Amino acid sequence: MKRSAKDINERSPWQEMTPGGEIYEGGTAKDYNTGEWRTHRPVWDPEICKQCLLCAPFCPDSSIPVKEKRRMDFDLMHCKGCGICAAVCPFGAIRMEQEVRE
Amino acid sequence: MSRRDRLSGNEAVAYAMKQIDPDVFAAFPITPSTEIPQYFAQYVANGQVNTEYVTVESEHSSMSTCIGAEAAGARAVTATSSAGLAYMYEMLYVAATSRLPITLACVNRTLTGPININNDHSDAMGARDSGWIQIYAENNQEAYDNYLQAMRIAETPDVRLPIMICQDGFITSHAVENILLEDDAAVKAFVGEYRPEAALIGRESPLAVGPYDTCPYCMEHKVMEAEAMKNAKRAILDVAADFERTFGRKYGFFEEYRMEDAEVALVLIGSTAGTAKACVEDLRAKGIKAGLIKLRVFRPFPMEEIARALAHVKACAVMDKCEGNSACGGPLFAEVRSACYDLPDRPKLINVVYGLAGRDCPVTDIERVYRHLMRILETGETGPLYIHMGQRTAEEEVL
Repeated sequence: MKRSAKDINERSPWQEMTPGGEIYEGGTAKDYNTGEWRTHRPVWDPEICKQCLLCAPFCPDSSIPVKEKRRMDFDLMHCKGCGICAAVCPFGAIRMEQEVRE
Repeated sequence: MSRRDRLSGNEAVAYAMKQIDPDVFAAFPITPSTEIPQYFAQYVANGQVNTEYVTVESEHSSMSTCIGAEAAGARAVTATSSAGLAYMYEMLYVAATSRLPITLACVNRTLTGPININNDHSDAMGARDSGWIQIYAENNQEAYDNYLQAMRIAETPDVRLPIMICQDGFITSHAVENILLEDDAAVKAFVGEYRPEAALIGRESPLAVGPYDTCPYCMEHKVMEAEAMKNAKRAILDVAADFERTFGRKYGFFEEYRMEDAEVALVLIGSTAGTAKACVEDLRAKGIKAGLIKLRVFRPFPMEEIARALAHVKACAVMDKCEGNSACGGPLFAEVRSACYDLPDRPKLINVVYGLAGRDCPVTDIERVYRHLMRILETGETGPLYIHMGQRTAEEEVL
């Protein structure tokens, strides 16, 4: 039986998982939180941003969503906080802040 | 209709491969299995098979090729020995945990060092915990027959594990014996087509194979794999039963040779069984109740069945053609001794490590083991548990 990734979670018994961890659909990484490794968080200032879009293609984790030729705020569920976006921004519109957990 | 021919063990396996006509053969030669890809290359050159013959630069790559091909939905095979199998080690686990039913013809050769090309079982025994099904042959006929059964066992939907079809390097791989070969059409009908439920290509639905498995999930996948190995026991017997109905030759987890009233018995794997059977006949003629268990299936290990077969035996020697380097015996000894633990009246058990790196094991050596078991019966003392046989020694021999 081909079980959907949405039906498998950290409470699933082994009998309800897939052989070898096979995944029978695309794009499932979108639903998986890999942003928790981050020690530094990028903060975007839309007032300074000129929407040059240099940051988006430099992001190694596709964590800067672009819609209708304009970047949106960061996808912090997948951003690892590498800071490349802040380094390549020509206008200083991205700064890195220490990630704090309550 | 069966045809009588004479082939070496390597030829027999290559011939079975030709009859099955697998989708992919990942080829890298190593003694003593080199002839398998060599013969198969001729079949490819002659247009006798439709197989994609992929020549690679190492065994790590040949197993990787099989993994990719099998995940794509193809039936993939390879052959190797000794250091070649060791070089695949990482990928053997990937194949098994990814649940890809690859078929590997393993022509057993010792592991270096010092460098040696001759037979023992240390290569396959090193991979005994890798999640591969392992089936061993006594002779060329069994190597051929085991190969014909391999894919159906491995591809059984609730098994889906890779399978190693093992035979003794040079002893069976290069010795030419009489053999019964089956018709191409009958073999193809018996083996059938490979139709996995999911595959990377040729399907409308997507598939990801071997994704990163985090801590909350990976153990569950390992348990699934362990369950699959238990399921393989049933699959091996089912396929053997159909093989017997189709071709008339009977197979199980092991062969019991004159075990029905045996007081002393050996448990061993592979071609030495032929030598031991001759010895059993000699001893029986002298009134000694000797028996033999020739193990065919080492993984999954038929624990309850072995225990039942040994329940009435008084003394037993487990013969390892592999040095365990455990300071307490070889891998077959560990399994058999553990299997007998729950018997209310278990036999006295010793381990004899023999035949390492091609060291010959004549009938006279097998007789020494049986005589030693008789002495254990007479004295009631088991004595040393972990004995080597066949090496020169300056000390007094145990056997």
